[in-house]
Amino acid sequence: MRPSFRFTARHRSVAIALVALIAGCTAFAQAPRDLDYSRTRASQTGLYRGTIRPAGDSIPQGKMQSWSLHLETAAGAPVDSATISVDGGMPKHGHGLPTKPQVTRSLGNGDHFVEGIKFNMGGWWVVKFHVSAAAGSDSLVFNISL
Amino acid sequence: MYIFAFMRMRPWQRVAFIFGVVLGTLALTTTLQAHSRQRARWSPKERALLRSLSLASQGPMPEDPSNRYADDDAAAHLGHLLFFDTRLSRTGTVSCASCHVPEKNFQDGLRVGRGVGDGSRRTMPIAGTAHSSWYFWDGRADSQWAQALGPLENPVEHGGDRTQYARTMAREYRAEYESIFGPLPSLAGVPAHAAPVAASGSEAAWARLPVGTRDDISRVYANIGKAIAAYERRIDFAPTRFDDYVAAELASASQSPASGFTADEEAGLRLFIGNASCVNCHNGPQFTDNHFHNTGVRRDSEPSPDSGRSAGVVKALAGEFSCTSRYSDSRPGDCAELRFAVAEGAELVRAYKPPSLRNVVGRAPYMHAGQLASLDDVLQHYSDAPSAAIGHSELKALHLSAGERRQIMAFLGTLTGPLTAPSGFLTAPTRN
Ligand code: HEC
Ligand code: HEC
Ligand SMILES: [Cu+2]
Repeated sequence: MRPSFRFTARHRSVAIALVALIAGCTAFAQAPRDLDYSRTRASQTGLYRGTIRPAGDSIPQGKMQSWSLHLETAAGAPVDSATISVDGGMPKHGHGLPTKPQVTRSLGNGDHFVEGIKFNMGGWWVVKFHVSAAAGSDSLVFNISL
Repeated sequence: MYIFAFMRMRPWQRVAFIFGVVLGTLALTTTLQAHSRQRARWSPKERALLRSLSLASQGPMPEDPSNRYADDDAAAHLGHLLFFDTRLSRTGTVSCASCHVPEKNFQDGLRVGRGVGDGSRRTMPIAGTAHSSWYFWDGRADSQWAQALGPLENPVEHGGDRTQYARTMAREYRAEYESIFGPLPSLAGVPAHAAPVAASGSEAAWARLPVGTRDDISRVYANIGKAIAAYERRIDFAPTRFDDYVAAELASASQSPASGFTADEEAGLRLFIGNASCVNCHNGPQFTDNHFHNTGVRRDSEPSPDSGRSAGVVKALAGEFSCTSRYSDSRPGDCAELRFAVAEGAELVRAYKPPSLRNVVGRAPYMHAGQLASLDDVLQHYSDAPSAAIGHSELKALHLSAGERRQIMAFLGTLTGPLTAPSGFLTAPTRN
């Protein structure tokens, strides 16, 4: 069978020029405008819903902090028994988190204690929780603005 | 990867590619320039940023749960004596103050430190370091007291060993030591030199000592570090013209002549917290994020390969005197920096801690091995952002004009000011 669309050299060069244009524009740019910074988010394939609760109202810069993560299924049942790993970083700067946060214990009612969180500069950060529990494996992605 | 794609392109494809990049960059730089020309007031976001850089936001001295003597005045007084005492060295000629010279902002103005031998890195400033969480360029110590124990047994710095130092304490400082830390152990039958330091010549003698004796001596050694830390921790930066400027701005006062910035200084500050992104890494009242970054500062020749934080974090985690060690006063739950440290990864390769930029003018040469001779060179480095010889530089070329470099330097000059410390702490002690 013949593919209906063939990616020719010409297509490629147009695509490359476009990508280059965008790269040139965004090289120093700030975070995308329409980011969702909410503290409650659905996981990427919708298995879970998570809520981050930093210790204070605002998230401090340069300070070691502990959060709690509330985890529930899409149906709203709290998830206590889960393996959760944490990573993240600054997408625009191309670096990861300055620390390696860990979920150190379950607090009950779907709450989990997250220790070792730190943000060493201002700007757009992403913190991801990779959850593996009875309902399956999925990731929660939170945008943080500092 | 992109390079390969580029090389596989036809000539006209390359032209299209370059055209795209140039157009994009041009669009951006014009907006940047339009921005930097006006001398507007600070936006609410910028004001928050200015506040975060001011010493007024620094808050109280952070506790050091690993050192229960940190805030003990008698320990600080003893630490002052020890910091200047050349008897704490193999040759009797080197003290901490030999390299950390109080009159020179506790530095020495050399490319690399010189003790009983030549070191491989530049002497770091000391003021304000109690606010840090990692020590040395590579952060291989996690407290001021653990840090102090590094140079004392380093063969090219003080060059002595903990057994020698325990004897010095017993001979010269028994009363002071015992009133703070309790009785010194008996050193009867202990050899003159013994320490668990590889290739020091005293490690065999150390291995022959009973475990209990080794522990007693190491505890005296740890306490020497804790006293020195109690002293160092009281040395900090005093407010400068920059802090006055921020206070005046935040009070919305029209700029008073005392705190007013010149147009250059203000433009430099705007670049620093804006388009030049210096504030990404040089942030907070100490102008350092206390983390580690590869900024591509090359080194022509080095005594031994220097991998920066990659090796530093491994040493910190294994540290004999770390926050989680038996010599630490911490409780379970403390030591978060150590417990949650990133221990591996490409980002750590040749990454170093940004030093505070307070008092940076006039303390040349710069960088971890004094590679850059002047602030001119530093600004040229940030402008060009050369690729790293090893690892990957986090910097992006800023292409600063001569005027912009001058402005940033003018701003850095507003961070110059005196140090604060308890009376007498900024000069050599009168005893001994
Ligand atoms: C031979 C010169 C020399 C001597 C002596 C010396 N230092 Fe240093 N100091 C250095 C150098 C060089 C560094 C950076 C070393 C590195 O990163 O590998 C440093 C780093 C430090 C730092 C780290 C600052 C920071 O921000 O991380 C402190 C604190 C310090 N020294 C205190 C001391 C104390 C206390 C003593 C005495 C026990 C001492 N030094 C003796 C040269 C010296
Ligand atoms: C990506 C993080 C980063 C950024 C952005 C950054 N710096 Fe630095 N800076 C560092 C690090 C890390 C060092 C020490 C590097 C070394 O020794 O190899 C340093 C060192 C310096 C020094 C030398 C200090 C000394 O005592 O040796 C100066 C001055 C300085 N930076 C100024 C600036 C200015 C001005 C800007 C903006 C144009 C800037 N920095 C942007 C991380 C950064
Ligand atoms: Cu960043």
